This record gives sequence, C-alpha cells and structure tokens, in this order.
Amino acid sequence: MQNLIDIKGVTHAYRTRHGALPVLDNLDISVPQGEFCAVVGPSGCGKSTLTRLISGLMKPNAGEVWLSGEKITSPRKTVGMAFQNPVLLEWRTIIENVVLPLEIVAPSMPKAQANDRAMHLLEMVGLKGFESKRPSELSGGMRQRASLCRAIVHKPEVLIMDEPFGALDNFTREDLWQTMRDLRAAEPFTAVLITHDLRESVFLGDQVVVLSGRPARTQYVLNVDLPHDRTIDILYEKEAVGMLHVLREQIRIAQGRDGGTDGGAH
Amino acid sequence: MERFQKIAVPLLAIAVFLALWEFVVWINGWPPYKMAAPSDLPAAFIRFQDQFIGMGWQTLWRTVLGLALAVVFGTLLGMVMGFSRVARDALYPLLVGFNAVPKATLVPVIALIFIGQHDFNTVLMAFLISFFPIAVSVGIGLSTLEPEYRDILAALGASKLTIFRKIALPKTLPEFFGALKVSVTLAFIGTNLVEIVSPHGKGLGALFLSGQINSDYPLMFAVLIALAVLGILLYYGVVALERIFAGWAEREAQ
Ligand SMILES: Nc1ncnc2c1ncn2[C@@H]1O[C@H](COP(=O)(O)OP(=O)(O)OP(=O)(O)O)[C@@H](O)[C@H]1O
Ligand SMILES: [Mg+2]
Repeated sequence: MQNLIDIKGVTHAYRTRHGALPVLDNLDISVPQGEFCAVVGPSGCGKSTLTRLISGLMKPNAGEVWLSGEKITSPRKTVGMAFQNPVLLEWRTIIENVVLPLEIVAPSMPKAQANDRAMHLLEMVGLKGFESKRPSELSGGMRQRASLCRAIVHKPEVLIMDEPFGALDNFTREDLWQTMRDLRAAEPFTAVLITHDLRESVFLGDQVVVLSGRPARTQYVLNVDLPHDRTIDILYEKEAVGMLHVLREQIRIAQGRDGGTDGGAH
Repeated sequence: MERFQKIAVPLLAIAVFLALWEFVVWINGWPPYKMAAPSDLPAAFIRFQDQFIGMGWQTLWRTVLGLALAVVFGTLLGMVMGFSRVARDALYPLLVGFNAVPKATLVPVIALIFIGQHDFNTVLMAFLISFFPIAVSVGIGLSTLEPEYRDILAALGASKLTIFRKIALPKTLPEFFGALKVSVTLAFIGTNLVEIVSPHGKGLGALFLSGQINSDYPLMFAVLIALAVLGILLYYGVVALERIFAGWAEREAQ
C-alpha cells in the first residue's frame, strides 16, 4: 500500500542565542493511507516541531516530508490541525468556528452547505444544540470536541493533532478517545496524534512511534494489531497491557534511564 | 429596573454635583465675575445658542476627523510593529520619545509651519496627540497573538492578510477599543488646545477665549459644561462602537 505520509530522514535544528539546538535527527516515519499514527516521546524532544514540519508550517534543515506523493514545502489545504488549546475564536459561535477552514479552503461553498457539513460533525461529537453558543459557554471537553470538528470540516487527507486531550481530566479524555474512534470510522483522514498518554496511543493508534530524547530519532515502532472498533475495556486485556509494558520500557530508554529505576537513580 | 437604575444613578449624581456647586457659590457669596453658579448658565447658553451649536460642531468634526486619522495611521503603525520585530525595535523608542513631548509645546510649532491653516492645524494636533495608544495596543495585540491562533489558518495556506482579517484583527479589538477610549479624550484635548490658543479660531475653545477676553464668566463656565457634555458624547460614542464590534468580549456580570 502507498504511504500517505512519508517522513524521510528529517533533521531540524532551531537557531537560538546559544547556537544551534538540534531537535530532530534523521527521523523516519511512514503512515499508510487511512491509518492512525500515535507519536510518544519525552517532553521537549521535538514532537510539536514534528507537527509543524508535517503541516508545512516549517521546512526541515534536511530530509523530506511527503504527503500523498507530493513533497511538502509549504502549507496546503488538505491538512487539518488540532492543539492542546482548542483555540476557538471567542467572537464566533461554535458553528461559525467549525466552518472557519471552509472559508479558506472552499470560499465559494454556499453557506448553507458549509453549515450542513458543520452540523453533521457537531452531531457526531455530541454537540447538537450547542451550535449557536459562544466558546466560553462550553466546558473544556466540549470545546475540544468543537476544535476536532473544525480540524476535519474540510475533509483533510491528514489530521495532525498535538496533544489534543492533554488538558482534560481522565474520564473526559476517555470519552473523547471514543469520539475520535467514531470520527475515524466515519471520515477518511489519515492521522498523526502526538500524545503523552501511552493508553491513548494504544487505544487510538494503528502504530505507535516512540521518539528518543532530544534530538529525536525514531527509537521504536509498535504495531497495534487490535481491531478498529476498540472499547476502553480492551486496554485492560492481556494484549494491550503487554504493549503498554513495552512502550513504558521504551519511554524509560528514551528518557536516558535504565529499565526499572524510573528516575530514582539520580 | 436595571435599565432605570443605569440611567437614573448617573443623572442623580450630576444633579447632586450641580446642587453642591450652586451651594458653594451661594454660601461664599461669590459674584458671577468670580465664579459662576449653575443657575447663571442657562442664560449664557440661550444668549449664545447659535454660537454653541456652530462652534460645538466645529470642535466635534475636527476631533472626530483627527481621531479617524489616528485610527488609520495608528492601526497601520501597530500592524507594522506587530508583524516585524525589526520595525518594533526601530520604532518603539522613537514613538515613546514623541509621546513624551508635552503636546502643548507643539502648538506654536505647528502654528508656525502651517500659518493660518486653522482647521488643518486643529485636526493635525488631534491626530498627533491620539495615535500613540492605538499604535501601541494594536502592536502589542498582534505581537502577543498565540502561535496556535495563527497556525489554524496558516496550516491551510491562508495568506497573512487573511489571518490578520479573520483572526488577529478581531482578537485585538477589545484592546483596540480600550486604547480608543483613551485616544478619543486625547484627541478632544488636542482640538481644544489649538482652538484656545489660536487667535480668530473656531470651535468651543475659541468661544471660551472670547468669554475670557470679554470677562464673561458665565459664558466661560457654560463652555466648560458644553465641553464636558461633548466629551461625554464622544466617549460614549466609542463605547457604543465597542458594544457593536467587540461586544463578545464582555463577560456576563457574575
Ligand atoms: N521557535 C523555537 N525557537 C527555538 N527553540 C525552540 C522553538 N520551538 C521549540 N524550541 C525548542 O525545541 C525543543 C523541542 O520543542 P517542541 O515544542 O517540539 O517539543 P515537544 O516534544 O513538543 O515538547 P512537549 O512534550 O513539552 O510539548 C525544545 O527544547 C524547545 O525549547
Ligand atoms: Mg509540544
């Protein structure tokens, strides 16, 4: 199968006052069409940088990013993004927020059609009846749902998410995992999800990429051979628990610590 | 009830203020040529009715025009400073220095450069004195825009102008109107400054000057009241605009 996302030998460094700060080092990631790639790694290793490179907001110093057979040198309309902060525009209602990308990507689309599309998504994530509210009237979890709708309203090929559930409490987060699972079944996007939560990566990912500490390399790739219609319960079953153990171990290595000591050794 | 309170309370405050003023003048037995009492003012207003309307209009349009220029120029300058670090570093000290100069000292300078151009000088002063807060607020609003706000559109290949129009501009509107409230008062001061010191000038400032020359104290106080009323009108004009364009930023009272 052709890969929809191909990250080949991407290397990047920031220029800072104290000289170059290498962040990504010869990174390789491939995501086949329609698959869900979860990326985990130590804090500050370069995950957000990676999302900005995939979306074309920045160009890597070396290496290439390919999306559906095209080399990325600048942003394109076929990308959707969601962040930890829902970044909803306070002066727009929820539905006006959701249609925002359509105003850029398809300016000639009739308003009614754009609203229909937005309403359809809002219904899917359980926000029916909230479309005319202001973002400040919604809870954090609801805002993040609206933010996800906005990220996919223009049917992007690639959905890039940078810790979208990171600021939510545990139960809300699990709710949103299930929402994400359902969206994924209904919409055709290929996804990259940055996360700090190993359970999240196993629940949602078809593959989990573990990045090493800064500068980040691809340290380990776990294939999650579980059915797509997962339930939260699956995380407590043997197979998933085994994967979580493996990932935990890899994170320890990425953090530069020996297995088992978990930080206490310093 | 709430609406009634909103209107009644300030009116009552004004009434109390006028009563106190009247009382102080009466208890001290000041004659009108020392200090006018509120009861002397209606006569002055009626006597100079046409003057008040004509001159008030002069003051109003020149203030509003100067402010409008300040909004355009201040916003452009703020945009340049907000989007470019280099421009910010270059312009900031200049602007701060310019703002620090007491504007009263500019009046004779302007009057010398543009001799006799009374309208032009007045509008220019209103503009010069009021663009600074607008430039600073727009500049800071743009330069402190969280990158994610930019990225939601930039990731789709939207142009800088689109991002400015759809996100940066509306997002800075609350700060912009905060600055505009300061600027409108400053522009008003700038207009009056030129009107008062220019011989053969126009506007309420000139009317004040003629009151002074003729020792017509009730007229002078009447002008002060007219200025206060006009200042309040201008200020609440800005508040009304703020309600319309940035009403979303207002939180419901808890
Ligand atoms: N614009 C920038 N200029 C200079 N250095 C930067 C810039 N952005 C990020 N960095 C640095 O690059 C490194 C990687 O940052 P990045 O945000 O990609 O990490 P991250 O993996 O997303 O971290 P976190 O897990 O905390 O979200 C950090 O050390 C950060 O300080
Ligand atoms: Mg990050």
